Amino acid sequence: MAERERRITPPYGGAFVARSRVMDAADVRRAITRIAHEVVERNAGLDDAVVIGLQTGGVPLARSLVAELTRIEGAEVPLGTLDVAFYRDDIGLRPVMPEAVTDIPAELSGRTVVLVDDVLFTGRTIRAALDAVCDYGRPRAVQLAVMVDRGHRELPIRPDFVGKNLPTRRDEAVDVHLDGVDLGDLVRARR
Amino acid sequence: MRHLLAVDDLGSDGIEEVLRLTASFVEVSARAIPKVPTLRGRTVVSLFYEESTRTRLSFEAAAKRLSADTMNFNVGASSVHKGESLRDTVLTIEAMGVDALIVRHASAGVPAQVARWVQASVVNAGDGWHEHPTQALLDCYTLQEQLGRLDGRRVAIVGDVKHSRVARSDIAAFTSLGADVVVVAPPTLLPPSLAGWPVEVSHDLDGVLPKVDAVVLLRMQQERQTEALVPSLREYTASYGLTRRRAALLGERAVVMHPGPMNRGVEIAAEVADLPRSVVTRQVANGVAVRMAVLFLVLAAGAGS
Repeated sequence: MAERERRITPPYGGAFVARSRVMDAADVRRAITRIAHEVVERNAGLDDAVVIGLQTGGVPLARSLVAELTRIEGAEVPLGTLDVAFYRDDIGLRPVMPEAVTDIPAELSGRTVVLVDDVLFTGRTIRAALDAVCDYGRPRAVQLAVMVDRGHRELPIRPDFVGKNLPTRRDEAVDVHLDGVDLGDLVRARR
Repeated sequence: MRHLLAVDDLGSDGIEEVLRLTASFVEVSARAIPKVPTLRGRTVVSLFYEESTRTRLSFEAAAKRLSADTMNFNVGASSVHKGESLRDTVLTIEAMGVDALIVRHASAGVPAQVARWVQASVVNAGDGWHEHPTQALLDCYTLQEQLGRLDGRRVAIVGDVKHSRVARSDIAAFTSLGADVVVVAPPTLLPPSLAGWPVEVSHDLDGVLPKVDAVVLLRMQQERQTEALVPSLREYTASYGLTRRRAALLGERAVVMHPGPMNRGVEIAAEVADLPRSVVTRQVANGVAVRMAVLFLVLAAGAGS
């Protein structure tokens, strides 16, 4: 789930305060390069692949991944962005707002969809994303790439490609950017 | 946001939030399966004490595309004719388990009154001469889509301003987003006082048209006019109708809007309504997405806060 989204939602909200640096910019870049190679290897090429970044944290990572895939294979891979707000399972329990308009530029039926997100946590965002993707068509396969898998899954969902496995406490927070990954806490703003 | 009763409830930030959210729902509406599961298990009831085609159907389409259950209250076939009061009708419907009531009534203030009686969210779908906020929001979205932005744009609202809830809501919304509004009407079709309205007034449509970015034509509401306010419809058309000749006075990129239903040949010439610059069908399409945004805001976005 995008950290920004959590920042604006009161029950889980607060400002992110970094405690320790987990990956630096070079680590993130190398992880994306490795994941790109794994995607190509797993799919024996990139025919029919579509990369979809989840708003908002997954989008810059998806863009970098597509750039890497293009560099490695020399093939154009369509890039989409998906906002899962309308598919969340906690609508009505907390404020939910989409961050951006979804943009799926290609037909998904019969193709391999690679979902990209920054942090895999409970798995609920990915559950919502799977429902959303299936509203656009019937992909041949859906794969999941995340920069950080921090554990604490609440649904039977696992990633196919992982930048880094990061053991965390449930109350910690992980902040992912192209220029680095930090582990820290959400500090609630005082009223 | 719990209710949407008037444009001023939103403020300019609220209007912009609705417009941003509308863009997401325009994308949903363009899909092969234009439906999201967002309001599954919620019930939306249309309570229309006044006839309507597009607004009622538009709200119903919006609720269905959000996966809400919808119920329709048809006054003609209801216990209203057995003497049931508005309050009892509303409380009866609410007792069936309703999350949102879409209310239209010929009297101003009814949606606000209903909102005081119920726990459910209330959306004003038009009350008397007062307000029609979702129409103003869809007009804002359409103008933004056609003109890029409203700030600094000039919009003419032409016709029966006196009886028009659309005009009141449009003026509030357009000016709140920074547009300049000029109302054009014969003195008899203007409210007795325009004090406090942030608008210019003109009686010269030919002089106004070359300088505006958009024209909103209002329907001649003959059902609300209790006295002869214009000598004849033909005379009204001669002075204030958007004829073919007048449409040619508009700037190259100016658009023509109408909240519907149109009286072709009265406030708008039949062939003008079909010109490319007429965006009436865009208004209708955008109307569904705007109402999805409003239902989302009252039923989902704010919950828990």
